[in-house]
Amino acid sequence: MPVKKTALLFFVLATQFLFHSSPLFAQDWFRTGTGLGNVEKPRIAVADFAARSSDPSAHAGLFTQIVRDDLSFSGIIELVSPSFYPAQVPSQPQELHFLTWTDPPLNANFVAFGNLTESPTEVVISAWLYDVRSSSTEAVVGKIYRGAPTDPQVRKFAHQFADEIINKLSGGLASIASTQIAFISARTGHKELWVMDYDGTNQRPLTSLKSISLTPRWAPDSSRIAFTCFASANSAISAQICMYSLDTGRIVSFARYRGTNSSPTWSPDGSQVMFSSSMQGSPALYVSDASGNRPKRLTYASNGADTSPAWNPKTAQTVAFISDRGGLPQLYLMNADGTDTQKLDLPDMGYVIDPSWSPNGQLLAFSWRRPSGNYDIYVMDVASRRIIELTRDAARNERPCWAPDGRHIVFESTRSGSRQIWTMLADGSQPHELTFTGHNESPNWSTK
Amino acid sequence: MIQQHRPLYRALLISTCSIALFIAACKKPIAPPPPPPPPAPVAAKPTASLSADRTSIQKGESVRLTWTTTDAQNISIAPEVGAVTAQGSTTVTPADSASYTLTATGPGGSADASVRISVTPPPPPPVVEAPKPSMDELFLKEVRDAYFDYDKADIRADAREALGKTADFFRNYPQLRVTIEGHCDERGSTEYNLALGDRRASAVKQYLVSLGIPADRLSTVSYGKEKPFCMQSDEACYQQNRRGHFIQTK
Repeated sequence: MPVKKTALLFFVLATQFLFHSSPLFAQDWFRTGTGLGNVEKPRIAVADFAARSSDPSAHAGLFTQIVRDDLSFSGIIELVSPSFYPAQVPSQPQELHFLTWTDPPLNANFVAFGNLTESPTEVVISAWLYDVRSSSTEAVVGKIYRGAPTDPQVRKFAHQFADEIINKLSGGLASIASTQIAFISARTGHKELWVMDYDGTNQRPLTSLKSISLTPRWAPDSSRIAFTCFASANSAISAQICMYSLDTGRIVSFARYRGTNSSPTWSPDGSQVMFSSSMQGSPALYVSDASGNRPKRLTYASNGADTSPAWNPKTAQTVAFISDRGGLPQLYLMNADGTDTQKLDLPDMGYVIDPSWSPNGQLLAFSWRRPSGNYDIYVMDVASRRIIELTRDAARNERPCWAPDGRHIVFESTRSGSRQIWTMLADGSQPHELTFTGHNESPNWSTK
Repeated sequence: MIQQHRPLYRALLISTCSIALFIAACKKPIAPPPPPPPPAPVAAKPTASLSADRTSIQKGESVRLTWTTTDAQNISIAPEVGAVTAQGSTTVTPADSASYTLTATGPGGSADASVRISVTPPPPPPVVEAPKPSMDELFLKEVRDAYFDYDKADIRADAREALGKTADFFRNYPQLRVTIEGHCDERGSTEYNLALGDRRASAVKQYLVSLGIPADRLSTVSYGKEKPFCMQSDEACYQQNRRGHFIQTK
């Protein structure tokens, strides 16, 4: 409780700094009250998993490293530094001595350990998590994974084990260790649709359209990705909505319309797609079924373009979008049926783009280029309209997209010299670069 | 056969001879030849022929004249060549079109022969000589793009002037169909720029339609900031990239 109060106080202070441009604003980075500070982080030690194989290329080291990385990345766990671990670590529950881990300097709450038995055709991984502060001899997590002894398979098992731990310790919050990030990469010379594991490994192209692909958006069940492509409609090339099926590994049909059709977003139940289209003149928002049929026009601004719709994934009632009907591109809210449009006023002028809802439907991340500076990423608590800045003085930062755990944001940034994809915690801390090759943009986190 | 046509044969012979009477060459059938005259006191009439290997050249080129004569003592070619032998060849380089005349004079009279060489001006320099500009070249030269202000899709005064010229060109080539590409500088988002580029392309189209260009000749596409003309992050480049750009629809 005291923790929560402090966080709220800090939140309010931070907001005041924003509004009043206090000198402190220029020096301090803001941290959000997005729930991160409310959890006392448990300390977990991940012992080196034992390799029960003479093969030096065995996967025990890889498994251990990925579990540590996943837990550390989660933002809700404090990983106990391996340098303090005892020389003899357990490989199975009978070898675990609780006191070894609870005493200083380790001060662990939990210990993860286990072993890998490998043959040329199979790896068997036994993995446990024990609460060394409780008197129970029951494992908190106990799992056996069997599969092909390959790097990708072992990587997958490690993510699954980390998912189990995070899920148990966070009280059921979604874990992201098995999630993926879709993005656009121009590293082949054309902007194609790509996908990678959430930690940046396993980067691979999904399309080879050799044209321009943009703005990928995962379907709520993560079976399809809607994106903007350039394709022929009525014998003229223009921006269209394309649909990639991960089940079939190919593009499936989506209706095409004249004009510029772009920037799709999914209804939370996956039955509808909303997008910007100039099929009837000025770019406006339309909603169609998931195959693009029966489009219905939602917005009618007479002067200006409406685009970048983001459908509230929790309530399904509200859509955030960008419109320049008032001059500059600004943030608007409307009901999903197009009624009750309202502008979300920010305390300063400038461009506002790229709205993205948090999974709980309460926070809106967006990019804002204030008159004085570059694009930075902000989060607004929509109910209170309070705003927090997440990035600052680090080149251009755009396209925030929330992870399904609500604790991470993936975004694109030019801070490393070229446009690359980064993740950070939703308070702006722990920035972490995922891509390094070529030009990469427009990340979108899978829903599971 | 001859037997059968004897009357016809005879009729032909008679008519031929009656014609020949006029030139006194058919006396033979009528009178026996006179005794042969003394050895020819009358010389043979000269003959002359002249040819050229080409009768049409470009200025500066040469042509070879070849001639033969008979029964002549004074033989010359004019202009410029002068006296020549009974037969031979020479090259001439006429500056302008000219007729060369071979004159052969001898005791039996004279004969002449001519050949006309026509001289065309040298080829003009390649630039002038280049084939008529292609439609692609004309298009590049005559069609003006429309440039826009930051974050705006309004047709500026300079764009009205440019589009007026463009419309003139389109009117002169009524078969021409064009695509108007809407482009933006790099500052907005991908999504917003696609929408803004769409508005720019549409604004250009509307303006051309207002100048009388049929709408069905004009299609539009927005590339947002995806196909920049330049890559620098400065205002000069931003302005280059904020435009309605024309391409031929082929």
